[in-house]
Amino acid sequence: MGFVFPNEVNVTWTVMIVLYPYITGLVAGAFIVSSLFHVFGRNELRTVARFSLASAFVFLLFAPLPLLIHLGRPERALNIMVTPNFSSAMAGFGFIYSVYLLLVILEIWFVMRGEFIARAKGKGLIALLCRAILLGNLEENEATRAADHKLARFLAGLGIPLACLLHGYVGFLFGSLKANPWWSTPLMFVIFIFSAIVSGISVLIFHYNLVCRLNRWPIDQRCLRSLGRYLWGFMIIAVALELLEVMSIAYKQTHEWEILSELVGKRLFVSYVVLQFLVFSLVPFLLLAASTLLKLRDEVANTLSWIAATMLLGQVLLMRWNVVIGGQLMSKSFRGFTSYFPGLWEKEGLITAAVIFTLPFIILYVFHRIVPLFPLAAAETKE
Amino acid sequence: MSEQRGGGGCGPMDRRQVLRMIAGGGGLLLVGCYPRGKGPEAAEHYWGYAVDTTRCIGCCACMRACRAENDVPRGSYRTWVERYRIAADGEVSVDVALDDDHVFAPVSTPSVKALFVPKLCNHCEKSVCSQVCPVGATYRTADGVVLVDHKHCVGCGYCVQACPYGTRFINPVDHTADKCTLCYHRITRGLQPACVQACPKQARIFGDLKDPRSSINTILRQRRYRLLRPDLGTHPKCYYIGLDREVV
Repeated sequence: MGFVFPNEVNVTWTVMIVLYPYITGLVAGAFIVSSLFHVFGRNELRTVARFSLASAFVFLLFAPLPLLIHLGRPERALNIMVTPNFSSAMAGFGFIYSVYLLLVILEIWFVMRGEFIARAKGKGLIALLCRAILLGNLEENEATRAADHKLARFLAGLGIPLACLLHGYVGFLFGSLKANPWWSTPLMFVIFIFSAIVSGISVLIFHYNLVCRLNRWPIDQRCLRSLGRYLWGFMIIAVALELLEVMSIAYKQTHEWEILSELVGKRLFVSYVVLQFLVFSLVPFLLLAASTLLKLRDEVANTLSWIAATMLLGQVLLMRWNVVIGGQLMSKSFRGFTSYFPGLWEKEGLITAAVIFTLPFIILYVFHRIVPLFPLAAAETKE
Repeated sequence: MSEQRGGGGCGPMDRRQVLRMIAGGGGLLLVGCYPRGKGPEAAEHYWGYAVDTTRCIGCCACMRACRAENDVPRGSYRTWVERYRIAADGEVSVDVALDDDHVFAPVSTPSVKALFVPKLCNHCEKSVCSQVCPVGATYRTADGVVLVDHKHCVGCGYCVQACPYGTRFINPVDHTADKCTLCYHRITRGLQPACVQACPKQARIFGDLKDPRSSINTILRQRRYRLLRPDLGTHPKCYYIGLDREVV
């Protein structure tokens, strides 16, 4: 264990702070996929464009929840917007989050206005809810559709830098802390952005595959293969950056490396070296390479990309764990390590984390009940 | 036209004048609202702290005094004493007296050098903790003390992560950030911090860096001293006399 400063025996940032960047990463990644269709005209992603936007929205709704649970005084959370200290990187959270949430809500409103109108014309609670969402305006014609499309495209374009800002900012929170050599690297915020995109695409592939298999919907092969290719490309960049970060510290052989080498080689050996890199990076890389480069049957290629996406969701979660928890295991005395593993039932424990992570999927299902997120797939099945 | 404009300011103002007045008033308001902390030059004192490691005997009376004075919860530390033992082969072992009675465990292995190093908040001139606090609950007073407003702190723990010296913790009772205040409630009444008063060997020295005749200025003039982690640019105001290179 060595020597740790007495206040460092218990880690301050728990699994909740692991979950927070993980969820914001899913938001940023899913949003970027929707923007690939809305802004960059990647029409093959039409099938998941709406689903990815809705996914970004529900994950965004729950992104602050782990933070709130972690705060010592959650009732004062709004102090971050009422009395922000602008010399702190963290002070930007409230503003960036609020602007981004507003933008995503507006984009959903413009993208799905037609569906809301169709539902609002019916009867029942959902119709009433849709009328409220539409602010009572059920008018729809060529001109309104064109205006909606234009505004949605503008918002999707504006959302890309905001998504990068939201998640780059999370990386900056860690990267700017000079007291901790495991965090303090300018690469940190770039790594966070790329790993966010990886997790966002992964959750879409995972979820789309699952939904299609459960509902026996035909899978849009063009869309899935395109997502697979994007995932492969982005995961290569993300993993390369993660490796570059640790390699550059190792190569410089500063006095900090003496303790960091023990962190990497012993304390985080299983979660970082074995799991994050050797298993959850290398295997998905090979699976995605096979599904992209080889002429495989659709069913086989889909299964490979599904397994790869699921593993990459784990890889990004491991990366968050190794950054957030790994950085706190090492004492600032550079002479020892503490240990941490979350309890099952404690306030910031594993059950709480699992519940927080499940909630967005439940809300996404409710969303789907109001406005179908896969209208094309459902229509094809009916035909 | 010129008569209207030069009417001594009593006549009706045109739109441009009104806009100018609004802009000027708004500007003044902004300047007035801008939070400007008073610099050290504005204060009567500028507090500093020195630790003479050549005098510390590791009795930990300071730790007990601090806990009693500031009601520090068990398991958390506003100050502590580290014991460094350096063996003949150069191996360094460090420990802290953490039990309730704060007594170091006896050792049987021989060492060629040993020293005790009291630690506490460094009340840095460029304190990272006050820089990173997202709500401004951590702040520096004009007399150079870094404090936490416990009624405003949200307990996010960012300052705990940012402090390079490990001196901050989240208080398990009120769930806000906590640390050494240099016993601000005492020093503003002309008293010494509890740890300084309790030290039987005068290893802890507190005083006014503005006063050339203060004990802290005297010792800093006479002795060589080191700062902890000077490479981080935090400009600590806790000066260590006789510190070994092994100490971080």
